[in-house]
Amino acid sequence: MEELDKLQQFQQKIDAEKKIEPKDWMPEDYRKHLIRQISQHAHSEVIGMQPEGNWITRAPSLRSKIILLAKIQDEAGHGLYLYSAAETLGISREEMINQLHTGKAKYSSIFNYPSLTWADIGAIGWLVDGAAIVNQVSLQRTSYGPYSRAMIKICMEESFHQRQGYEIMAKMAQGTPEQKEMAQDALNRWWWPSLMMFGPHDNESAHTGNAMKWKIKRETNDELRQKFIDKTVQQAEVIGLTIPDPDLKWNEERGHYDFGEIDWEEFWRVVNGNGPCNKKRLNHHKKVHEEGRWVREAAAAYAKKQKNKQIAA
Amino acid sequence: MTDTQLPLWEVFIQSKTGLPYKHVGSLHAADAEMALENARDVYTRRSEGSSIWVVPSECITASNPEDAEEFFEPSNAKIYRHPTFYVMPEGAKNI
Ligand SMILES: [Fe+2]
Ligand SMILES: [Fe+2]
Repeated sequence: MEELDKLQQFQQKIDAEKKIEPKDWMPEDYRKHLIRQISQHAHSEVIGMQPEGNWITRAPSLRSKIILLAKIQDEAGHGLYLYSAAETLGISREEMINQLHTGKAKYSSIFNYPSLTWADIGAIGWLVDGAAIVNQVSLQRTSYGPYSRAMIKICMEESFHQRQGYEIMAKMAQGTPEQKEMAQDALNRWWWPSLMMFGPHDNESAHTGNAMKWKIKRETNDELRQKFIDKTVQQAEVIGLTIPDPDLKWNEERGHYDFGEIDWEEFWRVVNGNGPCNKKRLNHHKKVHEEGRWVREAAAAYAKKQKNKQIAA
Repeated sequence: MTDTQLPLWEVFIQSKTGLPYKHVGSLHAADAEMALENARDVYTRRSEGSSIWVVPSECITASNPEDAEEFFEPSNAKIYRHPTFYVMPEGAKNI
């Protein structure tokens, strides 16, 4: 009975738009759902640095190189904010990294696609960060306090990410015919995976039910996807690129764009580990994590020594 | 040996002198100096701060939300601490 009362009080708080804080009582499933979602989000920020890092040394100008570096550094910060938020729920950083390495925790499948040309850096900023922003703006209102605060900070930093990507696309689209072709090719390859970032349709999404009731998620996968499409179509038109979807059409009645069906077979293939870069991304993370072990050990040993010195003095 | 990822620190930032310090998040670091430098690198990349505090998370004692009602009761009961409690004579100014 007491448990039931607590659950009722919890739901009342959620319904009244009050935030849940780390020490508050929460249902075990709420905690589990948050840990899964926030850690997956954190892993995505971190793994997402790889396709972009691939172009740092080959950025076409000093300007674009320092911008790309700053953007990737932001993504590392986003990973940190999110790991911190997840840690308030009682899971350790070590455990989260473990879950990533064993495949128990996932990251966004979008980062299992390769970044083949410089135009891909444009497409990633414009579309991948663009889609992430739509999701993250919505999550600023999530019911868990530390997650919401992390999202607010992240959204503030994201605004330049999408603009720098769109600027690259715009420049290339106005460049030589070859450059325009590269931009179009990048759009062709990144468009559908970007739509997949929002996850399965609402009627097929295993996690939507309680997540909406508990206001962990504030809008459904399909609502967010539609928002992203509605925003992006005009941006493509302005720079003279064509979104690779013959079914894309404004629907006056709905007040939204209609669009073609997503290739869900491809979606599940990549989610289940068989995308173009799944192995590469994970192996790289494991390798760097192992190579950094001695640094963490050395730092801990040094801190201990300093502490002992202080005590002795 | 377990890989501890180093101890956890809470980060507080003062955005301008004269303003209070605000909790912004946490991070892992081996010692105070590293915690300060990491805090600067991740939490003040866009001039969000003029000063930073870092505190080992284990040093923070927090009140328990389940006891909040009793715990804050002494304050709720004393409405005479608010200026609106008092009845002022008609016509009195600047008070
Ligand atoms: Fe990010
Ligand atoms: Fe970003």
